[in-house]
Amino acid sequence: MKASNPNPALSAVLRAGQPVTGHRPWPRFVVNVEIWNTLLAGLAKGRWNLLGLWAEPSMIHLAVHQVESETLSVASLPCPTGTFPSVGRWHPPAQRLERTITDLVGLLPDASPDLRPWLDHGRWPHRYPLGSSIAPTEAMPPYPFLPVEGESLHQIPVGPVHAGIIEPGHFRFTANGEAVVRLEERLGYVHKGIERLLNGAPLERVARLVGRVSGDSTVSYAWAFARAVEAATATEIPARAAWLRALMAELERLANHCGDIGAICNDAAFALMLAHCAVLREQVLRASATCFGHRLLMDCVIPGGVAVDLSADGVSLLRALIVEMRRAFPPLIKLYDHTPSLQDRTANTGTLNPMLAHQFGCGGVIGRAAGRAFDARRQPGYPPYDQLEFTVPTRRESDVNARVWVRIREVEQSLALIEQILERLPSGPLCEALNRPEQVVEGMALIEGFRGDILLWLRLAADGTVACCHPRDPSWFQWPLLEAVIEGNIVADFPLCNKSFNCSYSGHDL
Amino acid sequence: MRKLLLQNVWRSPLTLPAPAPSAQALAELGAKVDQLAHQRLGRSLAIREVDAGSCNGCELEIHALNNAFYDLERFGFHFVASPRHADVLLVTGPVTHNMREALERTYAATPDPKWVVAVGDCGRDGGVFAGSYACVGGVAEVIPVDLHIPGCPPTPLQLLEGLLALLQVA
Repeated sequence: MKASNPNPALSAVLRAGQPVTGHRPWPRFVVNVEIWNTLLAGLAKGRWNLLGLWAEPSMIHLAVHQVESETLSVASLPCPTGTFPSVGRWHPPAQRLERTITDLVGLLPDASPDLRPWLDHGRWPHRYPLGSSIAPTEAMPPYPFLPVEGESLHQIPVGPVHAGIIEPGHFRFTANGEAVVRLEERLGYVHKGIERLLNGAPLERVARLVGRVSGDSTVSYAWAFARAVEAATATEIPARAAWLRALMAELERLANHCGDIGAICNDAAFALMLAHCAVLREQVLRASATCFGHRLLMDCVIPGGVAVDLSADGVSLLRALIVEMRRAFPPLIKLYDHTPSLQDRTANTGTLNPMLAHQFGCGGVIGRAAGRAFDARRQPGYPPYDQLEFTVPTRRESDVNARVWVRIREVEQSLALIEQILERLPSGPLCEALNRPEQVVEGMALIEGFRGDILLWLRLAADGTVACCHPRDPSWFQWPLLEAVIEGNIVADFPLCNKSFNCSYSGHDL
Repeated sequence: MRKLLLQNVWRSPLTLPAPAPSAQALAELGAKVDQLAHQRLGRSLAIREVDAGSCNGCELEIHALNNAFYDLERFGFHFVASPRHADVLLVTGPVTHNMREALERTYAATPDPKWVVAVGDCGRDGGVFAGSYACVGGVAEVIPVDLHIPGCPPTPLQLLEGLLALLQVA
């Protein structure tokens, strides 16, 4: 692999490709292998971040983001022979995405270091469901876990059915006494085949499905889909709709962070925090239900705007919620901060190497607790956050404690954001009819959910249905890091590490 | 911490009064549960939750059953960590092909007498995911189901009504 310019700007590299018309708001280029390889070299050197990697039967798409130059683009490489130069070979964060592409579409990464299947467990009626969709000719061999060698090592297989009320996945621990030597994740159990259900479906159905990719992030997913559709069709939404979306998204963040702070403490057997945080969470959900008619706010954000207006008593109700949260939350923070037995479990546990957070482009609380200040509300940014004041809290310790503190600070920020939104909520219509482009158009969006940045890319057919759609959960770049942070920790601290990450299984397995 | 605990001793509880058991659920259950099981289990039921493919929305609301407002344990229900300790399997999601065997094995590991409650629209018939190559469909396609609690996701109150119906007949 050779790059002519030792430090090229992303836009300069992509300019050599063929721009695709009708792709908004960021450009897409069809590239050749040479440009593709230059992009991979830049990824490997950390010049730009991997935002997503997905494929169609004859083409692979790579979304990259150079934060400093504010360049976000998609590069598409045609794959006439059914193969493509492996991204994961140079940039490990792409490996699971590549394995998924092989499982779903059938394209093969050339010279990939890991060709094992990922989402395909050999149980679907056909292989390559997004590609040739052929019946499997032979049974899939048992999944080869990575070998671990050494004296006095033992293995602990956990899952897919876990002890708590959580989603299914398999964890294979190799331990030396109490200390974890290696954790290997095996995911894909909740793969529902969502992408194929989206292909060819009308907008209303896609909105419902995308809102159920990961139930805890339903507002953020629905917003990402709506924004991508609006970008593709060049539709301007009413100001009130954008502000109400932000209100819902902050309620979602508030509810999830409250739940997570309590649940992390509960995994250190400090149930008192869970009891109180669960009450706060419930109060947020009840307020959401009264204001918008659904506790989790499902199906409230739709392409073109929002489906429901804030109820008449909504503003006063939410103001009361903020007062109550500001009364009840600080004593809980104090309780967390002043309980040494709890701190003993969370401080210096599950420390993430900040280099890894940067390499993986790890977003959300996990990235910010490791000093990576990325927040999609800021960059690339989207309305109404450009008119709202908020800070993006970060920490440097990148342990469980830091992840709790980032959540605590984000709860405070969300409360302040909700306050500002209620203060300045514009009046006007809730929804705008979408423009009919009468030709194939493409759109994408990057939305900050409570877990991190959600990428959504789509192509609309001329008849207005969704030709294809790819949602990428933030968990793709977080799950692999959980394997890294647990190394050297004791097995009993895994629940703490896992809960402090709180990755989505459903969002990842799709 | 002491102050926080003391304050809560004097404060009136947040817990809601118990809802009436859901009439629809009672009708579905009526014929299925016999007197013997009632005598053996009394009014204490151990629940094992199994996510067989859900979007995690149902899990969030099942979690909420344990908060101070709904306080599921006051009715004798408690969540357990193993199917071997369970009387009730609370199953969510369209059952995915990748989870089918795990669900079957969880069912087989649960001692008799046992009940299966399918939670959510997906647990009933696959919901929005019905027809996907990766989904088997509703829970009843894989294991016998005694009670459905529909909703997307069902609210904690709806879950409570359904489970109370189970307690009345069980």
